[in-house]
Amino acid sequence: MLNVSISGKPPTTTQSNSEIKMPVKLAVRNLNFYYGKFHAIKDINVEIHERSVTAFIGPSGCGKSTLLRVFNLIYHMYPGQRAEGEVLLDGENILAASDYLRLRSKIGMVFQKPTPFPMSIYENIAFGIRLYENLSRSEMDYRVRHALVGAGLWNEVNNKLNQSALGLSGGQQQRLCIARALAIKPEILLLDEPCSALDPISTAKIEELMYLSKENCTLIVVTHNMQQAARASEFTAFMLDGELIEISETTQMFTKPSDKRTEDYITGRFG
Amino acid sequence: MSSSNAAARIETGSAPACPAGGGKTWRLSGDILFHTAARIAAFIAVAVLFATVIAITADSWMAIKSFGVWRFLKSSEWNPVTQTFGAFPFIIGTLVSSAIAMALAVPVSFGTAVFIAEIAPSWIRRPVAGAIELLAAIPSIVYGLWGLIVFAPIFAQIEPWISQTLGEIPGIGLLFQGPPMGIGMLAAGIVLAIMILPYISSIMRDVFMAVPSSLRESAYAMGCTTWEVAWKIMLPYTRTAVIGAMFLGLGRALGETMAVTFVIGNSDMISSSLLMPGATIPSVLANEFTEATTRLYLSSLIYLGLILIAVTLVVRFLAVLLIRRLGSREGAST
Amino acid sequence: MNWVLARRRVVNAVSKILMGVATAVGVFFLLWIMWTTLRFGIAGMHWDLFIKDTPPPGTDSFGLRNAFAGSLILLGLSLLIGVPVGLMAGTWLAEYGFHSRTANTVRFINDIMLSAPSIEIGLFAYAIMVDPMKHFSALAGSVALAILMIPIIVRTTDEMLSLVGNDMREAAIALGAPNSVVITRVTWRAARAGILTGILIGLARITGETAPLLFTALNNQYFTTNVLHPIANIPVVIFQFALSPYTNWQQMAWAAAFITVLFVLVLSILARWLVDRVQVQK
Repeated sequence: MLNVSISGKPPTTTQSNSEIKMPVKLAVRNLNFYYGKFHAIKDINVEIHERSVTAFIGPSGCGKSTLLRVFNLIYHMYPGQRAEGEVLLDGENILAASDYLRLRSKIGMVFQKPTPFPMSIYENIAFGIRLYENLSRSEMDYRVRHALVGAGLWNEVNNKLNQSALGLSGGQQQRLCIARALAIKPEILLLDEPCSALDPISTAKIEELMYLSKENCTLIVVTHNMQQAARASEFTAFMLDGELIEISETTQMFTKPSDKRTEDYITGRFG
Repeated sequence: MSSSNAAARIETGSAPACPAGGGKTWRLSGDILFHTAARIAAFIAVAVLFATVIAITADSWMAIKSFGVWRFLKSSEWNPVTQTFGAFPFIIGTLVSSAIAMALAVPVSFGTAVFIAEIAPSWIRRPVAGAIELLAAIPSIVYGLWGLIVFAPIFAQIEPWISQTLGEIPGIGLLFQGPPMGIGMLAAGIVLAIMILPYISSIMRDVFMAVPSSLRESAYAMGCTTWEVAWKIMLPYTRTAVIGAMFLGLGRALGETMAVTFVIGNSDMISSSLLMPGATIPSVLANEFTEATTRLYLSSLIYLGLILIAVTLVVRFLAVLLIRRLGSREGAST
Repeated sequence: MNWVLARRRVVNAVSKILMGVATAVGVFFLLWIMWTTLRFGIAGMHWDLFIKDTPPPGTDSFGLRNAFAGSLILLGLSLLIGVPVGLMAGTWLAEYGFHSRTANTVRFINDIMLSAPSIEIGLFAYAIMVDPMKHFSALAGSVALAILMIPIIVRTTDEMLSLVGNDMREAAIALGAPNSVVITRVTWRAARAGILTGILIGLARITGETAPLLFTALNNQYFTTNVLHPIANIPVVIFQFALSPYTNWQQMAWAAAFITVLFVLVLSILARWLVDRVQVQK
């Protein structure tokens, strides 16, 4: 079942022509988020299904990136930012969790700007793995290789694994960041406008990577680009001014949105 | 003045702005005069460095002729009575006291910088950062005065404890033996460390705070701890600036005079123990310069000054070299 | 139980504590030094300090009048020499040199001078002034202090003038103003808070400077205003009195140190206030 919540009102159900739904991986209940006094997320309810790609779209400042920062608990870094409500990962409320480290190993995140760490390509991948596992040199080599192959980077970088990751192109850097996040084997991967700084070819490669990754991972992607949402996701959620207006299957969202505001946004009749 | 305003004035004032004859030449020569003055000033600012090296070399010429270079460097004899002079004890003293200072100040500076940039709640940040920076404003003679009159007596109480613990360790124990006097090489190193701490830590803090938040966030988002972000992400990212800061501190320590002179004990003997008195090049200069009775004595002291210049320039050169090498290994832009 | 995670947590907790301790150590020493200076300084305060000259050994009277006057003369002379040279050199860098090879070389050498040990500058002033003139003098001391101050002024002037927007310069040139007028009337004025900050920082740096004065101005038991003779000054008095066996001399050393610290702190705070103002304007 999909929940569609219109700002605090009880969720209504959208009929879908239904295949078998995967179980719910992440459930958000009555989530509110504040930057100091600013109310950035207003009473959101949503459910994300396992091994799916869900896209969040909406005009800038609508709270979609904030939502990802809540899921990863990165907002904890900043005093004055706080979340209320529940975010249930397999039924366990992560907002009440005290073990951020373990949690972040389950929920990875990739940012808008590529963020290679100031070390070699190999070390960038190994760094993340080492945070949670103690591997022998050969096991580590295998894992790094596996991650780079998975990200389609292996052929491009296998002869310069010990060079600085800062020397890669922007698209390669971003794929490295995705590979680095996936190497930890997260259950959920959050992507915050991962392609906004990239050229179309790199974007295509990353979308392909997202498609392949959902085999063993749940993906949530925030994007500015509606075509990307239409291409790469199975579910799409539309947010506006901190509220979740609508969430439904992507095909339905882009053909027959149930809310007038969604339609306005998708058809470009929006501010 | 806004440019539109200026543009308006050009229209009205264009004719009178170009007076003919004398006025114009006066203005031009005024310009030339100003430019020349600026050039001369810039020349002076630069020439002083070379003039210093030349003047000090010239004044130490007599000692260079008498003792040569290599013999002066390795001779440990400093005897005004027989008029034989050697630099070795002072070179060792300078290097050892600075090494102690660096060994203490660098980790503490790093801790302080990370604490202020990454750990401290925001309300503590400003006052603590301000307090550390105030340390840099205190004149070095006040450090010396405090070191001699307040710190040394207290340190003399701690020294027996140091020689009973560290002094018992085979090997390095030799460094920590001897009568507790308070003043000595170790005390000088500690006072120097306090003195250079703010220089190193304030640069580290500034560059840590300038690390892009996207980089820090993505490390935290993977589940890195604060320590891992600081040690494995921020430090490598800022390493050239951090190394620059360390060498700046080292330069300060090598050339510092007053803070050291008060607490090092001023002995031209080389001792294996850090608790024993010693002397550095600046401290012996400060102590003996006005007492130097002969030309050769004075010249030998200035020769020490020349060696100090050489040491500081070599250190600076090494810093530039190291930073360049790190920069080239990094490959692309940081 | 995941051992990797457990070990990382322990490392993190321990390192956080150590970093807190490191900061506490820094702050602790600052407070300690400040407290000592304040306590001994106030204990050594005496009206005679300001109206009598330094007493001869063995008497128990107080007096630093000659040293205060001497220090003021030294600082004043240094400003007189250092500010014009530093200001003009900084102006040359920002307004004429730009990023030419020569200008960058000047900046590089200026940076070396910025961190040159002050004792070397003392030796230099000794070599070029005291030695040829055959006696120590206030003038030689001022030259040494000025040389220490110049690189600071050069650097801040260069940086501050570079911050002045080009539109302002262009507007003045468009009016037909000659270069020198543009610089003195427009750019200097626009950057004056920043330039003044540099001068204040330079002054703060040389106020407590002792080492170079040992080779140049030396000291003088008596009051003098003759800049061609040795002159009493606070830093050298602190040095000589602190190492003396007389308690009243040691007290005077502390009182002098206290006043020096106070003066330097006021200068630094003033400089910082000015910097904040500059940043607000930007």
